[in-house]
Amino acid sequence: MNKPIRTISIFCLVLFLVLMANVTYLQYFRADNLNDHAGNARVFNAAYSRERGSIIVGRDPVATSRPVDDQYKYLRTYPQPFKYAPLTGYFTYSYGASGIERSQNDVLSGEDDRLFVTRLVDLLSNDGTKGGNVALTIDREAQDAAYEALSALPGNVEGSVVALEPRTGKVLAMVSLPTYDPNKLASHDFAEVNKYWKQLNDDPAEPLLNRGIQKTLPPGSVFKLVTAAAAIENGEYTSADDLVPGGAAYQLPLTSGETGLIDNEGRSCGTDRIPFTQAMAQSCNTTFARLAVEVGAEAMRDQAEAFGFNREYLEGTGPQAISRYPEDANAPETGQSGIGQFEVRSTPLQMAMVAAGIANDGVVMRPYVVDEVQSADLDVVATTPIEEFSEAVSPATAAELTKLMVYTVDSGTASPAAIPGRSVAGKTGTAQSGSDDPPYAWFMSFAPADDPQVAVAVMIESAAIDRGEIAGGRIGGPIAKAVMEAVLR
Amino acid sequence: MAQQGAIMGFVHRRRRGAELFLLVLALLVGIGAYAAVGIGVQGEVPADIVGYGGWLAALVIVAHLVVRIVAPYADPVLLPLVAALNGLGLAVIHRLDLAAGDTSFARQQLTWMTVGVVLFIITLVVLRDHRVLQRFTYTSGLAAIVLLILPMVPGIGREINGARIWISVGPFSLQPGEIAKVLLVVTFAGYLVLHRDALALAGRRFLFIDLPRGRDLGPILVMWAVSLGVLVLQKDLGSSLLFFGLFLVMLYVATERPGWLVVGGLLFFAGAFVAATIFSHVQTRVDLWVDPFAYYGEGTSDKGRQIVESMFGMAWGGLIGRGFGEGSPWRISYAESDFIMAAIGEELGLTGVLAVLLMFGLIVERALRAALISRDGFGKLLATGLAAVFALQIFVVIGGVTRLIPLTGLTTPFLSYGGSSLVANWAIIALLLRISDQARRPVPDLSAESDDGASDAEATQVVKLS
Repeated sequence: MNKPIRTISIFCLVLFLVLMANVTYLQYFRADNLNDHAGNARVFNAAYSRERGSIIVGRDPVATSRPVDDQYKYLRTYPQPFKYAPLTGYFTYSYGASGIERSQNDVLSGEDDRLFVTRLVDLLSNDGTKGGNVALTIDREAQDAAYEALSALPGNVEGSVVALEPRTGKVLAMVSLPTYDPNKLASHDFAEVNKYWKQLNDDPAEPLLNRGIQKTLPPGSVFKLVTAAAAIENGEYTSADDLVPGGAAYQLPLTSGETGLIDNEGRSCGTDRIPFTQAMAQSCNTTFARLAVEVGAEAMRDQAEAFGFNREYLEGTGPQAISRYPEDANAPETGQSGIGQFEVRSTPLQMAMVAAGIANDGVVMRPYVVDEVQSADLDVVATTPIEEFSEAVSPATAAELTKLMVYTVDSGTASPAAIPGRSVAGKTGTAQSGSDDPPYAWFMSFAPADDPQVAVAVMIESAAIDRGEIAGGRIGGPIAKAVMEAVLR
Repeated sequence: MAQQGAIMGFVHRRRRGAELFLLVLALLVGIGAYAAVGIGVQGEVPADIVGYGGWLAALVIVAHLVVRIVAPYADPVLLPLVAALNGLGLAVIHRLDLAAGDTSFARQQLTWMTVGVVLFIITLVVLRDHRVLQRFTYTSGLAAIVLLILPMVPGIGREINGARIWISVGPFSLQPGEIAKVLLVVTFAGYLVLHRDALALAGRRFLFIDLPRGRDLGPILVMWAVSLGVLVLQKDLGSSLLFFGLFLVMLYVATERPGWLVVGGLLFFAGAFVAATIFSHVQTRVDLWVDPFAYYGEGTSDKGRQIVESMFGMAWGGLIGRGFGEGSPWRISYAESDFIMAAIGEELGLTGVLAVLLMFGLIVERALRAALISRDGFGKLLATGLAAVFALQIFVVIGGVTRLIPLTGLTTPFLSYGGSSLVANWAIIALLLRISDQARRPVPDLSAESDDGASDAEATQVVKLS
């Protein structure tokens, strides 16, 4: 019987060799393919369980990972959740991530190529891969001031404040209300997370939206700065002291009757020609509608695009809404666009860029929020370079526009933003979106006017304020002032 | 005795010292893995390491001492291999216990291991000569059938996960099929060794094969068909496959006619095709095997989750594994029983899986070696049968877990959680050690033996039965 037993031995050997070949195929040759499979929760869990890097403002983390005693090992924690949530975004198990958590995921999770050396050291020292840190450009005081001032408004405030450093494009503050608690979304209690997620998504106030960059609204009168810039740049007017068309009413070209009639809502705009400073200080609709028509649709669009409209410019924060200036506006539409209506839509960041561009001698710097990428040991591995975005207007034009804005603060609608002993440049805006909705209040400013350190845009979409009380200057001015003071202090 | 052996030329050494040394290595594997689980999962060496390790060591050492006394010539490699596998299995089950939090499978498995070792010792002590078993050819056949039918008896039989292969009496539940497996090998070996000449030579030639006479093949064929039928009714695919293969291998070894393998192979594929067409549960298994990803995730039946998670786990383990406590083997349902190889693949990597496969391979090799050198036909058939059942079971279960073949659901010997399987496998090892002890033992009385130990004439040797 030995011959068949030997045959059986060879048969068994073949069985075992086939098994060995198959596991080798599975665990070595096919492993990458399986690891990349979309439904593979293991790989995702491993990333989720890794010690994720921190998001840092100044010296303090605003998002960090804390070791916990469950299967995921680390819990994402946000020490100042509401204030920074629109910036940091959330980091969830089931719903992905947003904001910096999403755009800087490679760094935070430690997979970024710039962290290669750290990763190698971790591997050799048998430590788990630690993520790198992301340091933001945010100025802690400015952010505090913006958040406190905006949330001090009555009711459930919907609005945003964005502050830039004009010379660099650094985002010094970015606040959006309503906000949410990202800690509740990062929780490992997934039932609670689901509940909170549903609640946030069902909320008509859209708390998950970063209004600073993700929502565009009609800018209204703050857009008049772009119109003024176009008028001066195109040689129609040369100085802030020039006389510009005024008047109580202006019938848009090609129109007749009420619908095409622009008025000033009772502000003092003279009868025929008034000083440019007065027109800006009183925010005369008749003046700027007419200037836009004089400049023409194309020049207006070029000027708006020079400031960043119809373009994408912000990197590193996730999806942004693109601010719009209409492509092919006819004459009456151009007139309406000149006062920030018709189809003009802007994010608060975009209006902050207009202010910053004027403050920085006409040069708009590319805005950015990620200052540095650091390894887990706080070694700086990359710094975001300062980059010029566009030369929106000439230095001379910028100087004239600054004069107009300073006058607006000194003796016009923007006076609530005045800081004693400092020269402040500002502009208000109150945008009507429809006769039933409350108007949006806008404010943009920079200071000091002679050596700008900070440019701010404030947008209040809604708050518990009487319709008649809503005006950019009255409710937006103090907020902008608080932010500017925080930076200048 | 050594002197007498020397006259014959080659004599096997006892090698009990080598066994002891290998056992120490095996204990290092078992206890080391247990400590590694503690460090990996809880960050510290388990507090009960001394008690646990001591108990494991005690079991293994007692087993060794018994072998030393009652089976001094037994193969020295088998026991260490089994000890290492059982220890590793315990550690992996313990690791899954810790992940689940509320289970104590490892503790129960240690109890079952104790029962297994006791049965191992009883078998070796009581059964001084494996040929005694030949007397129980028909008894064990009957017992095997009864055991196989038991799960179908209302009241004590239970259906778990679609297969009705369990019985529960009071607090105990077991799979009688595991024990029936051993009894069936005894029956086949006992019957075939008596009728092998008739089976091989008498009868008519039909196509490629000499068909045996009905009265020779009949009883065993009926026996086999009944067990297979029972398993088909119980929807126990793995065991059906096992028994079919076992029968075929033993028939081939007994008759030395390769034609049986050809016929059996053809029958197997025909049967598999028919089963896949007729039985929906077989069809499901085949579908899951062909494209498990189509049955995985939201929007599907999710029946493929187990095999897909198993593959993900093994891929995630890669070459050297994640390390104990660093993987997610709990994602695979029944990781502690059917899918324990996937858990090993994830946390110990390809290296660990290949090591386990090598150990299993060595057990089969040692069993077949015992069959080769055994001097009696019954011992040869018994050892071959046990080796074959072992090899086939490994192939079917690990092949299923790694998606080489459709998944059927069998335990991985010595590794999987499960009392019946563990106890039955310890008994199998005891039988193999007994056969190898007989085979390696120097021939006591030369004049009474024929000069060719491997001759087939051994089958007619007079066996002293008491």
